[in-house]
Amino acid sequence: MQKGTRIALILGAIPFITMVFALPLVNRIEPVILGLPFLLFWLLAWVVLTPFILMAAYFLEKKYNLPEKGEDK
Amino acid sequence: MNAALIIIFATIIFSALLGIYAGRRVKMNLENWTVGGRRFGIIIIWLLMAGEIYTTFTFLGASGWAYSKGAPTFYILVYGALAYTLSFFILPALWKVGKRHGLHTQPDFFIKRYDSRPLGILVALIGVFSIIPYLQLQLTGLGLIVEVASNQAVSSQWAIGISFVLTCAFVYTSGIRGTAWVSIIKDIMMIVAVLVVGIGVPMIYFGGFGKMFQTLIEQKPHYLVLPGATSHMGVLWVMSTLLLTGLGFYMWPHVFGSVFSAKSANIIKRNAVIMPFYQIPILFVFMVGFTALLVIPSLENGDMAFLELVNRTYPSWFMGFVGAAGAVTAMVPSSILVLFASTLLAKNVYKAGFNPRASEETVMRLSRFMVLVITTLALVMAIRFPNELVNLLIIGYDGVTQFFPGVVLGLFWKRATKGAVLSGIIVGIAVVVALIYTGHDPFLGMNAGFVGLAVNSIVTLAVCLSTKPKIMDKQGISDI
Repeated sequence: MQKGTRIALILGAIPFITMVFALPLVNRIEPVILGLPFLLFWLLAWVVLTPFILMAAYFLEKKYNLPEKGEDK
Repeated sequence: MNAALIIIFATIIFSALLGIYAGRRVKMNLENWTVGGRRFGIIIIWLLMAGEIYTTFTFLGASGWAYSKGAPTFYILVYGALAYTLSFFILPALWKVGKRHGLHTQPDFFIKRYDSRPLGILVALIGVFSIIPYLQLQLTGLGLIVEVASNQAVSSQWAIGISFVLTCAFVYTSGIRGTAWVSIIKDIMMIVAVLVVGIGVPMIYFGGFGKMFQTLIEQKPHYLVLPGATSHMGVLWVMSTLLLTGLGFYMWPHVFGSVFSAKSANIIKRNAVIMPFYQIPILFVFMVGFTALLVIPSLENGDMAFLELVNRTYPSWFMGFVGAAGAVTAMVPSSILVLFASTLLAKNVYKAGFNPRASEETVMRLSRFMVLVITTLALVMAIRFPNELVNLLIIGYDGVTQFFPGVVLGLFWKRATKGAVLSGIIVGIAVVVALIYTGHDPFLGMNAGFVGLAVNSIVTLAVCLSTKPKIMDKQGISDI
């Protein structure tokens, strides 16, 4: 496995860890943040962060992986 | 005729005409009809995927669950983001296989990768059986929306009948291009409706969503943490449902097939990056459900919360706009569901099962004919057996998610064999059916579909590992 793919996979694990496996720890109302109960705030925050995490994965993968034959840019 | 009615019908008819127009001057062969000639760029792919994923369920189901169940509804906000993350890693490889071998559908993939027509036929049949409740869900939703939005001037049967015949017309003529074009109207109307209502109603009744949540915390705090107002949808249920739906998302035959319509693997990857933004409006749908819980607490059917609240808050022309948005929001996913169910039956059941030498024209003609058959079938079911919205969708998910090990191992692991995948799918489905029909869903707190998937994965892996690896033949797929 190329280095870029490995980095991307590690980044890709973040949404699963935060939004699925961390659920037992965040199932609470307090503290209320930005007017949202904590559980909803936590999930929303990670949904909003996910595209940025994937963006980082995309660029890091490109940086560290060898360009594929015949791939468009 | 009132303003609401005019807006609804004008939108439905305009959408259908646009959909029919989308296919003009394109020679309709199977390649163009099902996968748009593999020429879609980033914007149209985004609209198409968003179009087929964001359904009436978003309007009615997500707000309905917030209203009747509370926090378990949060899974609807999250699972898409998980699915897109996963798709970043899986779909580009899938697209390449599809391009190389000219695949159109999900069973095509199974037939090619595992060199097994029976496996392909099984996958096609499970796909069609899962699509039908999904389709029915769209139709039932559409009927509800138009009936309420038109203030009972149009009965739900008529609304379903008219819009579905029009949907059928643009699928028949334009295929996936029709879906993609109508998605543009749908996405814009839907987002406007959700934002206006989602920001509007907490503001109007409470002066802002912060104050609305404050009131909810004072009056019904248990709605805001798991298991909400339910007894069985606790943390474990949500975790297992998130994994089930996140993994199963791209296993839907229509979503899977749409991947092939992209211009390149890179487009698919970039699309995965921007897709999660599309989840954010669901937050506003929750706001509507929660506001309704405080303002109109005694509705019999939670799925009506969104519409009832709009009805009591906004002028009737806006209700018409919401009704129109809701109608196209049902039409777009319905069109792609019908398109792929038809292709599965014609190409992967009829051709693969009964007549391997059928020409492409025959398959194409039969696919179009199946559009009419499936439309009729779904119409009858939607009118005769309306059901609670979300439950149906979860049953469909239980079925299609069982393809996950076969797809992922098929793409990335040379040792995956047809025997293993076949036994995995059969055992997985058997577990799901047994659990649901003996009343064991949830099982030990977990979603039955997830339990099925877990057993399926174990069986698939175990059979693969116990089969002696054989050298792949030259045209094997796994040399990607």
